[in-house]
Amino acid sequence: MSNVNAKRGITLYLHVHQPLRVREYSVFDTAINHDYFDDPDPLSDRNNEKIFNKVADKSYRPMNALLEKLLKTHDDFKVSLSITGTFIEQAEQWGPDVLESFKRLVDTGKVEIVSETYYHSLAFFYSRSEFENQVEAHKTKIRELFGVETSVFRNTELAYNDALAQWADGYGFKGILAEGWDPILDWRSPNFVYQPEGTKDIALLLKNYKLSDDLAFRFSNKAWEEYPLTANKYTEWANASIDDAPLINLFMDYETFGEHQWEDTGIFNFFEDFVGRWIANPDNTFYTVSEAIDANKPAGVISMPATVTWADAERDLTAWLGNNMQQEAMGHLYALEKDILRTKDLELISDWRKLQTSDHAYYMCTKWFSDGDVHAYFSPYESPYDAFLYYMNAIRDLRWRLHETHKTGGLRG
Amino acid sequence: MLGWELPPHNSGGLGVACYHLSKALALQGASIDFVVPYDAKHENIDYMKIHAATALEPLDRYGMGAYDSKFAIESQPGSKIKDAKDIRGVQRHYTKYVERLVSKKKFDAIHAHDWLTMEAGIRAKQLTDAPLIVHVHATEFDRAGGNQGNPIVHEIEYQGLMVADRIIAVSQITKNIIIEKYGIPADKIDVMHNAIDVDSFNDGYEYDNRTYRYLEGLKDEGYTIISAVTRFTIQKGLEYLVRSVAKANERYDRIALLLAGDGEQRDELIALAADLGISDKVFFTGFVRGKQWRDAYSVSDIFVMSSVSEPFGLTALEAAHHDNALILTKQSGVAEVLHSIFTYDFWDVDRLADQIVGIATSDSLKQALRENVTNEYAQLSWNDVAKKCMHAYSNTARVGVFA
Repeated sequence: MSNVNAKRGITLYLHVHQPLRVREYSVFDTAINHDYFDDPDPLSDRNNEKIFNKVADKSYRPMNALLEKLLKTHDDFKVSLSITGTFIEQAEQWGPDVLESFKRLVDTGKVEIVSETYYHSLAFFYSRSEFENQVEAHKTKIRELFGVETSVFRNTELAYNDALAQWADGYGFKGILAEGWDPILDWRSPNFVYQPEGTKDIALLLKNYKLSDDLAFRFSNKAWEEYPLTANKYTEWANASIDDAPLINLFMDYETFGEHQWEDTGIFNFFEDFVGRWIANPDNTFYTVSEAIDANKPAGVISMPATVTWADAERDLTAWLGNNMQQEAMGHLYALEKDILRTKDLELISDWRKLQTSDHAYYMCTKWFSDGDVHAYFSPYESPYDAFLYYMNAIRDLRWRLHETHKTGGLRG
Repeated sequence: MLGWELPPHNSGGLGVACYHLSKALALQGASIDFVVPYDAKHENIDYMKIHAATALEPLDRYGMGAYDSKFAIESQPGSKIKDAKDIRGVQRHYTKYVERLVSKKKFDAIHAHDWLTMEAGIRAKQLTDAPLIVHVHATEFDRAGGNQGNPIVHEIEYQGLMVADRIIAVSQITKNIIIEKYGIPADKIDVMHNAIDVDSFNDGYEYDNRTYRYLEGLKDEGYTIISAVTRFTIQKGLEYLVRSVAKANERYDRIALLLAGDGEQRDELIALAADLGISDKVFFTGFVRGKQWRDAYSVSDIFVMSSVSEPFGLTALEAAHHDNALILTKQSGVAEVLHSIFTYDFWDVDRLADQIVGIATSDSLKQALRENVTNEYAQLSWNDVAKKCMHAYSNTARVGVFA
């Protein structure tokens, strides 16, 4: 089982991402303007610069400052980050200091960058070659920016199945991340390293969703029976959860800190306090994802033939691909792959890929909207139907550009 | 003249009809005081006196839905005038204004348009000795699109039709509804079909093929563009149209549907198109005005009026003027005055699909329909309608009873 010399470790993994939201791109813009991602209204919720600056102030700047401090204060503190290409491009444009602060984190040698698709896409489910293109693009970007190689993979929305693990194994990754979902785990604990079904040389790290979601979703919920969550209480829960297991994998959106849970909820103080308490026990430590894998042999084989994600009670892809609008939109987008790539028109290819970001499909989700529970998800649009219309017009415009500029493809869907 | 809207502050055909009818009446020598429920400039209207019954902005009135009678019982917050928070409140103010107006000035006839102004018409008749002419552009049965409709509106319509000395229906379909659903004797009702003022379209307009550039691109690839320019309400039967386009698409896929307008059914239609797998073929513009509105007709090859119940349907004439082949439901009044058209029952999606494919695959059929309907709509004249109206004014005795 686990290495006898190894300490009990928390594997903290944070996902950093911003999509490029599509503006209210109408029939009348289609085939005329190609600026899907440039909302001219500085106050609009679809204005990417505005959103970036807001989240940078609330989350990226203060949280990176805290992470930097914790990395300095505690030798054992480690963290893993996945940073999407769409985030990096926005940071380059609107927040170079934010990017610099991420570089300083990586330069400590205690921050591991996790691999993923550059465009935060669901390409794995549509096109293996496009998917690999985006993994490579992300690897290259990370290498250029941070001077590091990635060796552990996470797919968008933690969407995982056996086929993905087998792909990652063949591609040379040493590890892959997934949701530690009860119906899959049954009696097993997420607090061990596993081996994915049908793989030779890759380890599977499973999210401890209970402890992760205590922070990501419940921390500031006053209706929660455990509210307010103190660092002391959370440390007790972590101790109880880990018991004689080697690991606790805390996976969540980076923006949990400061954006989903605002500063005034006390999330930053809580986090600093908790890190201190956890490390105060000499048996405890933090691992990067690679270290967690190196320190532990797989405790068993896990199989997930069907796709499991980290979203919703269903833990499936229905928030992105559950309704016909989402399926049609994605179908039409990916149908353009060959024609778009053949053009070698970098701007066109980039726009096509930016539209692959899974957030676009998420904004078209109707499964809560129909219940009137519009606040159950984040969307910059008035309704999923609006999101769909603007998006479809953008796809039509891609076709127009193919047709006009490159004389390839038709306008028909 | 008691109306609810005039261009450019109209949200549909009612305002357009009132505008042209009044203009033609003025040419016949009528002196018209026209009351609207809002205060705004009507720069193009110098042939009659326009009275603002309230200080509301036209948009406040749109917000309350000049056409959607369900707003009659829902309050709409944020209005500037106390107790004018819903359409009934605005109607009370409107009626009071009309009461004051008729006490100051003598009128030979009171001409009230639709349920919106019928109560004011009834009060005006009570306070004067002028005959009340009620002009029915739509009934609650039409607006409800096969549903029950609003009982308050039904009651107001019934009262207005009973008290009226003369009723003008915009089509035989509407006359039949007034007879059958409201029990009004047939001989009290004149049918006066609306017309189209072709001159009003000759304002230097030139089609801009960049407005719907993508659709023009599709046309270059041999696509036929089908359009509906309308409010997205159940009355308009658009669900049947979308289903029919999906059926037509199975047989001939070089077709696209332009849905120009907006309304409460929009989301449903978007989802339906996705469920049928034809989202890519359906273009939603949102509410269109001015150039975008004119160009919607111009880019289109086939105009479909899919209404479940359409008292007249002026947009069909507008579409014909912009060189469209027309497919109209048999439940549309405008079909009574046109012949070179296809008609179908609103629920008959197979027949509509046949007609769409038929026109899309035959240039000669499309050409024949377009050219021949041009001769027909051009003969419809507001001057003829105005003449009939003048006749009704001078020959109507006060016969209506107060309920």
